Parts: sequence; C-alpha cells; structure tokens
Amino acid sequence: MYRAFLIKYGEIGTKGNNRYLFEDALCRQIRRALKKIDGKFVVSKEQGRIYVECESDFDYDEAVAKLKTVFGILWICPMMQIEDNGFDDLAENTIQYLKDVYRGKEMTFKVKSRRARKNYPLNSMEINTEIGGRILDAIPQMSVDVHKPDIELNIEIRNKINIYSEFIPGPGGMPVGTNGKATLLLSGGIDSPVAGYMIAKRGVIIDAVYFHAPPYTSERARQKVIDLAKLVSVYSGPINLHIVNFTDIQLYIYDQCPHDQLTIIMRRYMMKIAEHFALEEDSLGLITGESIGQVASQTMHSLAVTNEVCTLPVLRPLIGFDKQEIIDIAGKIGTFETSILPFEDCCTIFVAKHPETKPNLKSIKKSELKLREKIDELVKTAIDTVETIWID
Amino acid sequence: MEAYLDNSATTKVLPDVAQLMYKIMTEDYGNPSSMHNKGVDAERYIRQAKENFARILKVSDKEIFFTSGGTESDNLAIIGTALAKQRRGKHIITTAIEHPAVLESFDFLEKHGFEATYLPVNKYGQVEPDALRDALREDTILVSVMYVNNEIGALEPVAELGRIIKEYNKDIVFHVDAVQAFGKFRIYPYKENIDLLTVSSHKIHGPKGVGLIFIKDGTKIHPTAFGGGQQKGMRPGTENVPGIAGMSMAAAAMYEHFDEDVRRLYQLKEFFTERMEQTEGTVINGLTGEKSAPHVVSVSFEGIAKSEVLLHALEDRGIYVSSGSACSSNKPALSGTLKAIGVKRELLSSTLRFSFSVFTTMEELEYTVDVIRELLPVLRKYRPR
Repeated sequence: MYRAFLIKYGEIGTKGNNRYLFEDALCRQIRRALKKIDGKFVVSKEQGRIYVECESDFDYDEAVAKLKTVFGILWICPMMQIEDNGFDDLAENTIQYLKDVYRGKEMTFKVKSRRARKNYPLNSMEINTEIGGRILDAIPQMSVDVHKPDIELNIEIRNKINIYSEFIPGPGGMPVGTNGKATLLLSGGIDSPVAGYMIAKRGVIIDAVYFHAPPYTSERARQKVIDLAKLVSVYSGPINLHIVNFTDIQLYIYDQCPHDQLTIIMRRYMMKIAEHFALEEDSLGLITGESIGQVASQTMHSLAVTNEVCTLPVLRPLIGFDKQEIIDIAGKIGTFETSILPFEDCCTIFVAKHPETKPNLKSIKKSELKLREKIDELVKTAIDTVETIWID
Repeated sequence: MEAYLDNSATTKVLPDVAQLMYKIMTEDYGNPSSMHNKGVDAERYIRQAKENFARILKVSDKEIFFTSGGTESDNLAIIGTALAKQRRGKHIITTAIEHPAVLESFDFLEKHGFEATYLPVNKYGQVEPDALRDALREDTILVSVMYVNNEIGALEPVAELGRIIKEYNKDIVFHVDAVQAFGKFRIYPYKENIDLLTVSSHKIHGPKGVGLIFIKDGTKIHPTAFGGGQQKGMRPGTENVPGIAGMSMAAAAMYEHFDEDVRRLYQLKEFFTERMEQTEGTVINGLTGEKSAPHVVSVSFEGIAKSEVLLHALEDRGIYVSSGSACSSNKPALSGTLKAIGVKRELLSSTLRFSFSVFTTMEELEYTVDVIRELLPVLRKYRPR
C-alpha cells in the first residue's frame, strides 16, 4: 500500500538562512542509507518537506529500519500515494486506507488537508468537512475529535495525492555532514562506540583511531573493533579507521616509567597520536568514551592530565553517564553484544594492580622525561606504519 | 617457516580426499535415497564407507551411523541412551575432563531429572578404576569416558573400565569418545566392551562437518533427530555423501602406514617434550611416552601471565598452537582438565597445547623450540605486576 514516505525533521527547521545546507545533507544521508537496500528510491526536497518515493517494489520494514538510522529525521510518515482521479475517488481511497490501517478499531480522527496545488476544485476546509463526513458514514467505529484525535489524517494535494496518518519516530539529531569532523578513540569496549554514535548524532562526521598491541592483543580483538566501527557506521556513515600498532611504545613506557603511571602515560601518547591523525584529516576535535570516575584513568585528576597533551577540543559525550545508561544506549544501537566479546584491549594488558588515581601533572611529566631517548622515534614509527581501513 | 601444531583442533584435508569430494559434489551428486542410478551411485559411497569403518573397527557395517561430527555423535550417544533407558534408572557417570560435547549433554540431562557423577582423575588425567567401581549403582544406565583427552593427551584405561562396567551390570551402556584417539590407537569396541563410540572426520585429515557413531548391535538408543528414515531412522536426513566418502578415504589412508606413522609421532613427541623439559620454567602436563597419546603435548610456562600472548607471538612467527583446548576461544573459562589434574593456579592460564600430525616434521619442532626459547625471556619481562 505504501509507496512513499514523508520525512519530518526537527531542529533543522530552525536554522535560518543555512537551512538548505541542512536539508541537502539530510537528503544525502537518506540516499546513502537507502542505497544499502533493494529498491529504486527517489529523495526530493519540496516546499520545506522531504519526500522519499520508491519507483520499484521495496521491502517496507527494511526501508523504515534504514530511515530510523538517519540522524536529522524526527518522524517517518509512510504515505499512500494516488493519482488525482476526482474527489469521489479520493474519498473512496481514503476510506479504504483507514479500513486497512486501523481495521475497524474504535478511534477518533481529524482530517487535515493541504492544497499545494491551488487549482484543486475544493479548498482545504471543504476537503476536511467533506472527507470527514464520508468517513463517518462509511466507518461507524470512527468519530471526530478535532482537539485530541487518535488519528491525524493528512491529505496533501500535490501533482499526486498523499494520504498519511502514521508517525514513526526517527533518531532525531542532525544530519551527518553538517558539523565538521571529529576523531574517535575507538577501543573494543562498551563506551567508545556509544560516544561515536552520540557525536555523529549531532551531525559530525566520524574518523576513528584504534590502538592494538600484538601479540598482547589478538587478531580477533582487532576484528572486533572493525566490527564495532561497522556498527557505528550504520548511523554515522563511512568511518576512516586508523589502526595503530602501539606495542613498542607500550613496552618502552613499561621499561622506563613507574608502573602505577603506565596507563595514564600510555593514554597521553594515545591522545597525541590520535590528534596527529585528526589534524592530518582535518578533524576539529577528538572523541573519547570517558565518564568521570569509571576507572582509574578517568578520575577528574586523570582526565585533566590526559587532556593536557591535546590542543584540539576533546569531546566526551558520556562524561556524566552511569555505566548502565551507557549500556542501555549500546543495546539500543546494537553495539553491546559485540563490545562484550572477551578479547583483550591494549589498555588492560599491563594494567597495574593499584594504578595512580590522582596523578599529578608535574610528576607525570617528570616520568615522561625518562622516555626522551626513543619515544619520538617510536611515535613516528607507529604513525608511519598505521593501517587505514575505510569502513562503510 | 610455518609450523601447524594445532592438529587436535583440526587437520589439513588430504588432497586426494578433497579431490574425491569435488568429484562427488560435481558428478556423483545424487541423493542416496533416490531410486535412479544417480542415487544408487551415491549410495555406493555410503555403503563402501560403512564397510571400510566396519573393517577398521572389526564391527558389523550395520553398527556404523554417520553424523555431522563428534559433537552430534556424543550428544546422540548420551541423550539417546538416557531417553531409551530412563525407566530403568536415571544415574549417569562421566569424568571431569570430558569434551564440552559430553559435559554439556550431561548438564542438559541433569536439568531434566537425571543424576550425574563426575569421576575425578589422577595427576596424569586418568580415571582410577576404583573410582568408577565406587560410583556404579543399581540405577546407573550410562558411563561415558573419552579414549584420549583433548587437552593433555591423557590415555584412559578404557578396556579396564569397560570390563568393570560389564562385570557390574552388562546393561549399563559404555560410551567412548574417541575423537582424539581414532587413527592413533587401534580401537576395537568389542574387545574393550564399548557399546557406543564417537569418531570425527576432521581430526584425521578428513573434511569438517562429518563423523560417525558406532552403536553396538542390541544397544537401546533413542534417536534425537527425526525425518525421512535414513540410516534406519537412527540418524535421518540426507546423508552427507562427499563428507562421508571423504572421511572414509582419510581413515583408509591413516591405516595404510598406521604403525609407522604412530611410531614417528611418538618420536616427535619425545623430541619436543625433552626440549621443553630442558627449557627453563616449563612444566609438561600429563604423561609422555607410550602411556599417552602420541600427538598431544601440554606445556605450562612459568612467568607467562596469559598463554594467549605467547600464542600470538608464536603465530607471528608462523607457529600455530592452542591455549588449553581449541574450544576455549568461545569459552574463555579456565580449562577443566588442567584444574582436574591439579595444575597450579598460576599456571592454569599459562598453558599451551601443541598437537602434531603425520605432516609435522622434526625441523618444524626444532624451529618451534628455538622460537619459544627466544620469546620466553621477553614475555616474562613484560607482564602485569
């Protein structure tokens, strides 16, 4: 029955003169999402509305599922589309539509028509009254309520006529590509994929950096991160994933620095290397999945010390979230199951039994002096030997 | 150099086997149940395979049933026996060191009202006959013991256990999981009082996804799959003709130079265990020599917090091994066998399994020993403290 969708967007509507940029980005993102499924979809922008029409057969459930991954969409309204064959035909089709969708349930309704084509013989008020009357005659279970109806029956007279009344919630947010790019420090854990999702939701293109430490971390751990990036990319669009071999840096820090500072120093170097790729790729910020106090390296003190190495802003969308709240989002976006696979991350392999929880910047910097001799060279090698994968 | 030392996980398929299977899939692809010639041709492969295994095991071809592999054979043996015998009793016995295909079947039965006894093993991973004697009861219906343990290569006293069971009560069904033993030991179910025997194809250079179960004539066992009546209804479903023919050819090949190959495997094992014993901070788990399986060596490395790290470092040098048992990458819990034989706590997660095949060479083992000796000091230095 449904051949098309009306896409309603939220915040974009408030963007003044830039509005077309947001609308165009949203159209692009819708096209990108629908390209992954069968069907010849046409996405068009018309008078402040976005329409998705399908010129071929398509799988309705699949299309809705895809549209639900496009940031910027507030509501997805599946539409019945008919040719204009006169008012009687419109009324008949409308009644049939209500019968098919609501199957004779007792409900209240209100007709809301729009006439984009002004030469239609009846005006909106007349259409509302006339169609409403015919519905009442044809479906005795339905009654009118103009203030709080169960069904808001929309009729749009354009070249074709659109009939819709269902509103399926979209993911909200803003279309990816409207807000620059940021670089995500992606691990195999629960938090960082969620952090990437949340920043992408605000319209930001995502780049990612993953640190692995073979043989201390395995090929499966690496594959797991690639899988996670793929899951995030369902929402964020393509991700450029940089895989950095961190083993030698990690072992060197292990050799030279106090063990309880290992994690914090390691993270400072991760941030530095991530920032290198961010600047190289025109990213405007870094993204981490940190949340205050979750582990030793995420206390306020630790965050301050880690942050000190960065010049770009570090976005921490989960900073005030409890673990369970993060897990709930991970479950909703489908990354949780993959995140909990038991493959070790390079952050945890050498972790001290009692890591420093209140690191002092001065003393950390003093420890880092011990790395003077070789660290720059090791960092350069890690950057030079990066493996980059385009995830789409 | 590449050294594949994970033959207890799976083995390379013999090229001749792969070729035969290709021919069956593209030319003799009929359904063995079809009336026409194509069906008859396909059925011939099944019949030949049954005769082949009957000859090898010295049993009747009517007692051979093909399955999808070791797991299914174990499941059918245990659950099928329980279903058939539950009115006589609900007590079942196995050991603490079985493969998950057995242990999980027992767990399933326990949840459905059966009572299970898990026999302990000695420090070599062997069941003590007296422990079995003490465990047998009037309502015992099934004893399931593996021929060779997959993690440390322990050889179980199957013949003696079989005798004890049958002396106690000949109605008790004796199931033996011989997945790791078939092709390494000449197994004759009738001589060892075995009623049900599990064999897998991909451990003997055959294809994956196929195995067999020997069901001694007269043994009551209830099918656990239902369908079109193939294999006398014991295991219905269109037979995996290429798989069955492939497994049969692989088994025949193993028996061509049986004694010679096994002797060579023991030599490899002796060489490797000696070198490992001479390496500082290593412990060989279980027995060596002819009281053990010829192809499995379990080594614990002191000062290595996680054997996976050594595993991946070896992999980097072309050497492929397992940590504990191959199934453990799905089940990261600590190995049941190593715990059961009393391996020290700190060594439980520092253990690797090296397993050989007829393709393993002395040079590969020399290379492996050299690489291990080179890696150990580095890995011992970098660990959580």
